[in-house]
Amino acid sequence: MFGLDAIELARIQFAFTVSFHIIFPAFSIGLASYLAVLNGLHLWTGRDVYLTLFNYWKKIFAVAFGMGVVSGIVMSYQFGTNWSVFADKAGPVIGPLMGYEVLSAFFLEAGFLGVMLFGRDKVGARAHFLATLMVALGTLGSAFWILSVNSWMQTPQGHAINDVGQFVPVDWWAIVFNPSFPYRLVHMVLAAYLTTALVVGAVGGWHLLRDRAHAGARTMFSMAMGMLIVVAPLQIFAGDLYGLNTLEHQPAKIAAMEGHFEPHPEGGAPLILFGIPDADNERVAYKVEIPYLSSLILTHDLTSPLPGLTDFPADERPPVGIVFWSFRVMVALGFAMLGLGLWALVLRLRGTMYDRRWLHRAAIAMGPAGFVAVLAGWITTEVGRQPWTVYGLLSTNDSVAPVEAAAVGASLVAFILIYFTLFGAGTFYILRLMGKRPDGGTPMRDLGPTRAAGVTPAPAVDDTFIPAE
Amino acid sequence: MILDLAFIWAGLIAFAVLAYVILDGFDLGVGILFPLMRTEADKDLAMNTVAPVWDGNETWLVLGGGGLFAVFPLAYAVIMPALYVPIIVMLLALVFRGVAFEFRWRTRRAKFLWDLSFFGGSLVATFAQGVALGALVQGIAVEGRAYAGGNWDWLTPFSVLTGVALVAGYAMLGATWLVMKTDGPVRSVAHRLSRWLGGATLALVGLVSLITPFLNPLYLERWFTFPNALFSAFVPALILIAAYLFHKGLREGRDTWPFLSALALFVLSFMGLGISFYPYMVPPSLTIREVAAPDESLWFLLAGALVLVPMILAYTGYAYWVFRGKVDPAGGYH
Repeated sequence: MFGLDAIELARIQFAFTVSFHIIFPAFSIGLASYLAVLNGLHLWTGRDVYLTLFNYWKKIFAVAFGMGVVSGIVMSYQFGTNWSVFADKAGPVIGPLMGYEVLSAFFLEAGFLGVMLFGRDKVGARAHFLATLMVALGTLGSAFWILSVNSWMQTPQGHAINDVGQFVPVDWWAIVFNPSFPYRLVHMVLAAYLTTALVVGAVGGWHLLRDRAHAGARTMFSMAMGMLIVVAPLQIFAGDLYGLNTLEHQPAKIAAMEGHFEPHPEGGAPLILFGIPDADNERVAYKVEIPYLSSLILTHDLTSPLPGLTDFPADERPPVGIVFWSFRVMVALGFAMLGLGLWALVLRLRGTMYDRRWLHRAAIAMGPAGFVAVLAGWITTEVGRQPWTVYGLLSTNDSVAPVEAAAVGASLVAFILIYFTLFGAGTFYILRLMGKRPDGGTPMRDLGPTRAAGVTPAPAVDDTFIPAE
Repeated sequence: MILDLAFIWAGLIAFAVLAYVILDGFDLGVGILFPLMRTEADKDLAMNTVAPVWDGNETWLVLGGGGLFAVFPLAYAVIMPALYVPIIVMLLALVFRGVAFEFRWRTRRAKFLWDLSFFGGSLVATFAQGVALGALVQGIAVEGRAYAGGNWDWLTPFSVLTGVALVAGYAMLGATWLVMKTDGPVRSVAHRLSRWLGGATLALVGLVSLITPFLNPLYLERWFTFPNALFSAFVPALILIAAYLFHKGLREGRDTWPFLSALALFVLSFMGLGISFYPYMVPPSLTIREVAAPDESLWFLLAGALVLVPMILAYTGYAYWVFRGKVDPAGGYH
């Protein structure tokens, strides 16, 4: 179908369904924590604005979470429907980890979701806060286990191979805490928090543009910008550590990210800012580079050797163009997030954070940046793992299910049509919810002409708010 | 070892699948009956009876799939490609109905579309699950460690029959659930439907049970030779008792009886299936032991399951308890 064979179709289908899926958890992990914080702050301070914001974001969370659940069920079956050989071989190692994800995380979030959404009047404020906390814990637990699974596929250890070719567990501790796992878990959770902070910031900015005195808009904008300035630098630091880890365990991936075809045995590798990787001729055309910087970043000196793609056989190299570009998109967005956070910090210190409309516009423009960065990052790491499913041990070509191309092609078309239609509608509804003002906050213009032009001192309380989480 | 890990896990997976079938069964059933609710208010009320719990219900499906992957990876690797079409259809149908829970409250103009999506998704997902079950019962071709049949092997008159039977069964669960959880017009519609759906389910389950033993000599031997037949006769006898209580509860206006009897009907039918299958996981070729992961995998997850499953049951029970009793039509957060 479409001149593609069964394995290419299965790869496209997995890439499509998992890319769509990750958008929802990337948002709901952060948003669940944000909801728990809002709920907790309301309980602690008794201020109405937190409950107003909680109820506002709760509705958005419900829509996003529903889409995450149904697109996630698809993932748990796709290992079998399309990658059954992989499932048979890797199941004894990664299956139990996914089992723990379901038992410890999915049930927790789904079980308490109903109470969180519908049950406040029935269970009281305290139990309702606990339910919200359980939902947040569940989303984080799910990140823990699924990142462990994926990290084991990137940096497998702690296993043996039995006589029918299955990976079998030998040391569970080594499997769960495989070398890349801690870095990748931190990187992903921070990414989810950044994604949520950017969305909350954009919504806050949107409503500040309409009414800069709106208490709800001020509070969420302040919280989001505070989160950004704390988490964005942490994320850049964590990303750097993860890069060093990848250099140690998956040097071919790093070479593709950097666009280094030639190795640099004496160090001093330049950082290629931009260029067009040409895999056939093993070079990067039109490149703009900074001398020595790549070596400085990756080895922290100028003389340690750095591998290049030509160190690896041609059929064991990842597709360099995709990895090279997706990595740059992610990094550029990461620094843009830091920039937004710094700008907001400076204006906050000057006391003009709620008044500078260009800051609010920039926050709106950056609203989707987290999603794009998360997708770009996952594309970098997953395409960079190719041509393997279990790095260095099981090739993608040897993992695929014996399903005919016609069936896979038909299901792929169905997934594309249905996901775009239904999740497109969901995105539209979420945007419409975001376009409504969180009620409860009293806009100044409604208070009458005597105060309309002035600045009321009341919302200034928000300025002293400590960035949460 | 006295207790074999693979068999403990077979029991746990069977429990997860059963939990899924009865829990998501009633909320899929409410979806199947959705067009029969006459007014907007009735539709809203019917949906609100399941809105707080459907996420948790569907998580058992993830446990069924994920658990199979974890402890019986070979069964997972054989069954999923064999049932490719019904599984994918089921997953997509679940997307349609799952999003409808929130989407239909977000629009006035397109609300009817999401009502349709909720109904169609529930109906198709149920039918696909029934077809998948029938296809598994009739047997899957295996060579080496892989599925050896084609794209359409699952499609037979028998699998279509099991699909129809499951639609009737889930609709019965949904109707009796609504009898238990609502008052007024929704209850009276559901009450009338329950009687009819209960009869249809019983007839279809009976038909499937009559055909099943002749699909595979193993099933025939299991059900009709002495002394197994004594034990096997237990299940049909208990089914008749459940049917009687179902009928009595409806007639006497005891609103929880029909639902509980319907649950019993499902549990008993499920046990009947278990009796047919044992000791196979993928009939007619792979046994539970053959498809099991190594003991190290089974131990590792079992340790967690022994702690976590009781906790899950406890807080799931709590969530149901919070939303106990007849649903207030004015409730809901929307």
